[in-house]
Amino acid sequence: MFETNYDVVIIGAGPAGLAAAIEAKKVGTQKVLIVERDHALGGILQQCIHPGFGLHIFNEELTGPEYAYRFIGQIKPLGIDVLLNTMVLDIHSDDKRLYAVNRERGVCNIGYKSLVLAMGCRERTRGAIAIPGTRPAGIFTAGTAQRYINMQGYMVGREFVILGSGDIGMIMARRLTLEGAKVKAVVEIMPYLTGLTRNKVQCLDDFDIPLFLKHTITDIKGKNRVEKVTVAQVDDNLCPIKGTEWDIDCDTLLLSVGLIPENELSKKAQVKLDPITLGPIVKQRMETSIKNIYACGNVLHVNDLADNVTVESQIAGMYAGLNALGKEFKPRKVTECIPGEYIRYIVPQKLEVTEDRQDISLYFRVKEPARNVTLEISSKGETIARARRQKINPGEMEKMKIKADAIDKLGDELIVSVAEVKS
Amino acid sequence: MEIMDVVIIGAGAVGTAIARELSKYELNVLVVDKNEDVGGDASKSNSGIIHTGYDATPGTLESRLVVAANPMYDKLARELDVPFTRCGAILTAVSQEEYELLPELFRKSHENGVYDVEMLTAEQAKSLEPQISPEVKGGIYIPREGIIDPFTLVVAYAENAAMNGVKFMLSTKVIDIHLEDGRVSRVVTDIGEILTRFVINAAGLYTDEIAKMVNQCDFTVHPRKGQFYIMEKDIPYNIEKILLPVPTKHSKGKLASPTVHGNMLIGPTAEDLEDKEDYAVTAEGLEEIIESVRRLLPAASPKDSITQYCGLRPTKTPEGYKIEASEEVQGYIGVTGVRSTGVTASASIAGYVVDILADEGLELKPKVSFEPYRIGITKFNELSWKEKDELIRQNPFYGHVVCRCETVTEGQIIEAIQRPIGARSLDAIKRRLRPGTGRCQGGFCSPRIVEILARELNVPAETITKHRKGSEILTGPNRLGV
Amino acid sequence: MQKTFTCLICPVGCEITVTATGDTIERIEGHECKRGIPYVTDEFLNPKRILTTTVKADGAQFPVVSVRSDKPLPKNKIFDCMEVLKKTRIKAPITMGQVVVEDILDTGVNIIVTRC
Repeated sequence: MFETNYDVVIIGAGPAGLAAAIEAKKVGTQKVLIVERDHALGGILQQCIHPGFGLHIFNEELTGPEYAYRFIGQIKPLGIDVLLNTMVLDIHSDDKRLYAVNRERGVCNIGYKSLVLAMGCRERTRGAIAIPGTRPAGIFTAGTAQRYINMQGYMVGREFVILGSGDIGMIMARRLTLEGAKVKAVVEIMPYLTGLTRNKVQCLDDFDIPLFLKHTITDIKGKNRVEKVTVAQVDDNLCPIKGTEWDIDCDTLLLSVGLIPENELSKKAQVKLDPITLGPIVKQRMETSIKNIYACGNVLHVNDLADNVTVESQIAGMYAGLNALGKEFKPRKVTECIPGEYIRYIVPQKLEVTEDRQDISLYFRVKEPARNVTLEISSKGETIARARRQKINPGEMEKMKIKADAIDKLGDELIVSVAEVKS
Repeated sequence: MEIMDVVIIGAGAVGTAIARELSKYELNVLVVDKNEDVGGDASKSNSGIIHTGYDATPGTLESRLVVAANPMYDKLARELDVPFTRCGAILTAVSQEEYELLPELFRKSHENGVYDVEMLTAEQAKSLEPQISPEVKGGIYIPREGIIDPFTLVVAYAENAAMNGVKFMLSTKVIDIHLEDGRVSRVVTDIGEILTRFVINAAGLYTDEIAKMVNQCDFTVHPRKGQFYIMEKDIPYNIEKILLPVPTKHSKGKLASPTVHGNMLIGPTAEDLEDKEDYAVTAEGLEEIIESVRRLLPAASPKDSITQYCGLRPTKTPEGYKIEASEEVQGYIGVTGVRSTGVTASASIAGYVVDILADEGLELKPKVSFEPYRIGITKFNELSWKEKDELIRQNPFYGHVVCRCETVTEGQIIEAIQRPIGARSLDAIKRRLRPGTGRCQGGFCSPRIVEILARELNVPAETITKHRKGSEILTGPNRLGV
Repeated sequence: MQKTFTCLICPVGCEITVTATGDTIERIEGHECKRGIPYVTDEFLNPKRILTTTVKADGAQFPVVSVRSDKPLPKNKIFDCMEVLKKTRIKAPITMGQVVVEDILDTGVNIIVTRC
């Protein structure tokens, strides 16, 4: 068995893992290792060949692989070690070791001082949403189809219906159209778009692909291959309305119905998870409930922009590095972040008030779309921060800052809420 | 042209069990099935419960064969390396009406020769299975009810039969059976003819169509659909015992069962159909399952479901197992009326059919070289770290984890393809090794498995199917026509 | 002629309607701020998009490699460009930013590799 020890080990080499590794190294740690299950660094960015990455961080519009390359290019010069084609199978958080396998070294038993969970997320499946019908070939999650087409060079169908207006689904609608396929409809059960407006304009409207909001798929037909799907309107409780059904002939159904943080390893490490985000509960330094284990990126909560993942992961990497160097942040108080009205969740879920005061960013999602609102962070009945928004949308993550000098005002709880709605 | 001693039509649990039993003798045996893989139609979507026969109709052939089969599974599972657990079942009475039926059912169990059942008070039922409904009034404990992996069972029967000389022709549809002087002589298939002395009709849902070919069809078979939910492994209300409903005048009810892989199963519906290929899950069916199972297991929620599926049980009219040699057509043996209990009964049906063949004049000379033990595909997940390490050093393909949900390695997938009854489709790999049955339902691993199948079989990836021909995953390389 | 656009300048996403005769814009309505005017004018007269796709790559790790236009292309040329790129093959070794097609269809735009 191959045994080795590192200061910081990062699981996953997507945008989260790469950013965390770079920051962990930059704070002065000696030995940093990234463990990646795929054959290359970059994670899902490698198959996201569309533009739209980096607008916030680099002020330019890059494709996924280009965005990844900005970070991959730093790995070797910084002296960060990488294990590719390596799958982590278990984490023993009590003796700070993990077990992984790869072809060359067999079982790798790796010790860490700090561990960063950056495994990303997976796609919600047909089974999870229980679409009735047969089980033929020709049903793919959007990301799986994306891999077949963009990486392996295969086509997965000729006539498509896409369920869900998530970003990957809309981006695939454009990609398939460019490849000569016919995308007949994008069907979304919610009354609003769940992905970004930009993607609706540039991926659907540009190609006259119809979007049906408040509709869902109620049946899949076809014995060997998908032959048609039944679409129906839904009522306010999202239940299909009888009599509104119609069939669309197609040979392929793509699903873009949500992403779920991939936390099987976190569970093995006994990390506590948030029932709403389905990711670890973290404090502002991205430390999980288990000492020495940090989490960042889509494993923590599903982000809509890779740029956000990078920022969050830089924090995780930095503090994982400092932790490995022996720096401690003694909490004087812990503040719980409570989602108020119209707020679905907040990350980080807890704040530690320590000697070292920095601005803290809270990331959160709203439950419903609204216009002209004020977002508010309050604690002990006192307003800590306020922000105006012309438009809020569950599909777009919100961010607010708590200034370093306001941290002392925090009580045992803080509440984020949509304070005022002006119609 | 070689003359077979026995041609078995159907590679489900019954057909493959008979094949394995016949492989103990010096015989030329061939199994033919229209599907691309063994597993049949009904067997592969079976609940995987190894019944005791406690609730069979006393005195029937079904009662006799199911009751006889149950004790055989400890040895069979060991010989064939099939996951099997005697978890026990609780017949759960929730209403007063159901409670009052228990003594009758208890007595019936005895009449079937199942004497190790126990009457349970509500408290006893709750302590045996803490997740059981607090409304429970009482129950019957059936300790020998068990659970098996039905896919692995059929694959194991077939592989062990193949190891011992049985031949298999898959993706081969029987079109006709020709007679000579009142005796079966040839089986005509869509890819050629087979000369044979005996034909065994073990075609499940299609036994009526095969029987018609020899004019021996005094029955009909229609499918009875059974829809199921499969739940995630990691749910707070997992059960250790099978929870069975009390059948009432109004409803047969739905059960909840653990599986050998840790995913609870709930269902099935019972819907009589015409179409033998209607494998569609319906919203109504799923709703009915949840409503019904919540009586036994109040926590059951569709939110925890990982997937849903349905199976078609062959339902014969008139009802009842009928396993016999034809008096009119010599050499033809019908194994008909075998319904959902068939996975359990396969173990005893095999011996029963061999006796019939002997009576019909088939000489049974024991095969000295018969090897009863089959070693399954490497269970990577169950190995210690040291064993894993050694295995990878011997064969680095075991160091490549292809399915992260169920931890399946490339080495295991290659094994599945190269074994005696090699996997040829994504579903065939899934049934043998479970990639694609986990949380991501194949989202991550299926593109990789398609490539491994294409490479190992040396065919273009576009020809790889989900199951049979026509279910190709890909529609060709990008840019059709370039 | 009337055409409606969703403005992408800010998250509000105003639905802005352009009324025009031929290429002459007569009226712009629905914008909540003045930044919408240049946006829809461009979208109406000369919409441009970055094109991303793949080209066949011989001898590389995967059979295709991702590429994009180094500048936005006129929207109405996108499918014509795809036709060119469907016939394009490149050989390993492949480097990030390598020009695959120079000045595609006389647009002044190059197609470059985005993965190495």
